[in-house]
Amino acid sequence: MKTTYREALRAGLRDALLRDERVFLMGEDVGAYGGCFAVSLGLFEEFGPERVRDTPLSESAFVGAGIGAAIGGMRPIVELMTVNFSLLALDQIVNNAATLLHMSGGQCHVPVVIRTTTGAGRQLAAQHSHSFEGWYAHIPGLRVLAPATLEDARGMLWTALQSPDPVMIFEHGALLGMDGELADDAGAVEIDHAAIRRSGTDVTLITYGGTLHKTLAAAEALAAEGVSAEVIDLRTLRPLDDATIMESVGRTHRAVIVDEGWRSGSVSAEISARIMEQAFYELDAPVGRVCTAEIPIPYAKQLEEAALPQVPAIMAAVHDVLGRMSTSVDGVPVLAETH
Amino acid sequence: MTPALAVPTAVVDLLVPAPLSAAAVADRAVPTALVVVARQPLVTSPLVRHLAEQHDIDLTRVAGTGTGGAITRHDVENASRLAGGPLHRTNRPTSPRARRLATQLGVDLARIEHGSGPKGSIIGADVLARPRPDSKTPRPLQEVFASDLSPGRDPLRSADAATARTANMRRRTAALMARSKREIPHYFLSTEIDMSEAIGWVRDTNATRFVTERLLAAALLLRAVVIAALEVPETNGHWVDDEFRPASGVHLGVAVSMRGGGLIAPCIADAHTRSLDELMSALRDVVGRVRTGRLRSGDLVDPTITVTNLGDQGATAVFGVIYPPQVALAGFGKIVERPWAEHGLLGVRPIVVATVSADHRASDGQSGSRFLNRIDTHLQAPEKL
Amino acid sequence: MNAEQARAVIERVLSRIAPEVDLLAVDPTESLTDQLAINSMDQLNLVLGVHEETGVDIPERDYPKLASVEGFVTYLVARGA
Repeated sequence: MKTTYREALRAGLRDALLRDERVFLMGEDVGAYGGCFAVSLGLFEEFGPERVRDTPLSESAFVGAGIGAAIGGMRPIVELMTVNFSLLALDQIVNNAATLLHMSGGQCHVPVVIRTTTGAGRQLAAQHSHSFEGWYAHIPGLRVLAPATLEDARGMLWTALQSPDPVMIFEHGALLGMDGELADDAGAVEIDHAAIRRSGTDVTLITYGGTLHKTLAAAEALAAEGVSAEVIDLRTLRPLDDATIMESVGRTHRAVIVDEGWRSGSVSAEISARIMEQAFYELDAPVGRVCTAEIPIPYAKQLEEAALPQVPAIMAAVHDVLGRMSTSVDGVPVLAETH
Repeated sequence: MTPALAVPTAVVDLLVPAPLSAAAVADRAVPTALVVVARQPLVTSPLVRHLAEQHDIDLTRVAGTGTGGAITRHDVENASRLAGGPLHRTNRPTSPRARRLATQLGVDLARIEHGSGPKGSIIGADVLARPRPDSKTPRPLQEVFASDLSPGRDPLRSADAATARTANMRRRTAALMARSKREIPHYFLSTEIDMSEAIGWVRDTNATRFVTERLLAAALLLRAVVIAALEVPETNGHWVDDEFRPASGVHLGVAVSMRGGGLIAPCIADAHTRSLDELMSALRDVVGRVRTGRLRSGDLVDPTITVTNLGDQGATAVFGVIYPPQVALAGFGKIVERPWAEHGLLGVRPIVVATVSADHRASDGQSGSRFLNRIDTHLQAPEKL
Repeated sequence: MNAEQARAVIERVLSRIAPEVDLLAVDPTESLTDQLAINSMDQLNLVLGVHEETGVDIPERDYPKLASVEGFVTYLVARGA
């Protein structure tokens, strides 16, 4: 079945609403308008205003309501329009959702699923384009997912809803229009493991979400140079699947992490540290990183592209860890930060 | 435990007089006269620690002679001297994996001359490919091609194997050429050479020769390149570790297209010591071996310069891509008849366009021009080649 | 040597020089150079190989007569090899 990432997300939502009457979706404009990015288009008509609920413009209030509903036995899916706005609900997410199980002595699970759109690449500037999933991955008590494929867009939600604890799903905005084939019987997927999207022997490229496809493109271009790159899609940012990462690095002896977040204090920093802790004696080169330039995401198209991890920067970082001369590729200057 | 006089075993070993009896050898580990106790070293100075690390001295095994038994710089130097001087330690950065493998395999890192990792660091693969005693220079390029061609490892028995080999060759060629274009600042020069003398001489010579001894014009071109490479040394050698290393002799790479696709540049070693006839027979042999996929190890010496000759099937000029780490590639198009003006007269002559692609880090246009002009000069006097 | 034997010699030598060539696909009346991308080195090796098998020494000036398999066969038969 030919479909898009957006439609796959919608199929996941519809499936959940059909399968479990405790499930409902709420958020800004998810109802009558069909979702700010048209993900929930048609669900309001199909399931009605009780189960597809428009909320006031107050992230803190409706995430709080979602947490309350979850404690009360419902299975709410709360949509935050973009990850930037999720920060308005940070108190509810971090201080309540993530902690209540612990603070109640194990009595009070919070089975809420919070979905939000993350990432840049659509000229939505610093208001809507950041990648804060790394921050949430810092928080014990949360599970953090980043679907990068149609299968994961379709299947992660249901599995997340089965979790007794809060799960955040970061859907990359630049992937919404991505199309491809999805099996007609595609359904729930496991959310415990990273996936090796391409096998290779010379270097392990570790990434997730929006940068997966750039990383795969870089791996393809590297293959033409005779470099065999393995590509790991993390899928779950918390808890990290250390075993898959270390097993791969143990074979390739080199790693480059591609992360659309800023480098400082990022998911890439965490993975780099873990590789150093767990696979130091397997390394043939310092771990390389390709992250977004440490600036608010610019509006201008060229500046936005220059700020984000791109294929030439990924290739340059791989050249670095392989000890090859690293230059700009095809005359494209490497502006995103690589190390 | 009773504190005892602490003496390092290494020092004790050296105190045992040679030659040793078997009994003495058996006793060496625990000398009866001295009790050895491991203990925390008493060190006050970072300098001492640094020095100990430099000399690979275990401080727990050094007896201190400083205040309160502290280990001094003198003690470390003494221990180092007694242990036979500073161990072979490498200054090259070495990856954690390489260190681990070196320890596990008992490889002396100092004996690894080339690190292939970032900034020339020694990596695991360098340890695993311990330098062979008979090989001084690394030959990565030639070895990868050798592995593709060696009939023992990759027999051409099935169509699949042949297809896989071709794809592999293509990939390797692609990687190498991409690397060359990425790393080497090429410049290109060309000149037209009148081949009347050379071709006439070959024709006359061949007319009197048995078929087994006949020459091809290609052999003259190669011979002219060999001599010109000796005369313009900045075209002949390797660019390694950010510097040009000229070669004393000429190992001549000859680019030969594989039947079924792919390109390989086997080497005619010590080409400068070979006469024209010897060069001709070497060329015939090596081309034959490439075409049949039976290269020998002798064909895989690292060339110092390469020639590509499109021959009578090719275009009129070739501006080639240098094989790293070489610094020049000479090219010849096909020989064609062209109007040629000389001494105010116009005539039809066989002409070949000779080109050189050269590494601007190692030479400049003037050297490249001289190189081409020398080739021209030699081809005008074929009887001297 | 008859035409049959001459043809067998040429095909044997050709398959040594260019092992991947499908001899059945070679048009015996068309130029070998055009069909098989035979260069001057291959040409020399072909002449050399035929010499080794038959003892015939072919002077360079006769090379144009050897352009196709049939031409080569005719030449060898005429030379009475």
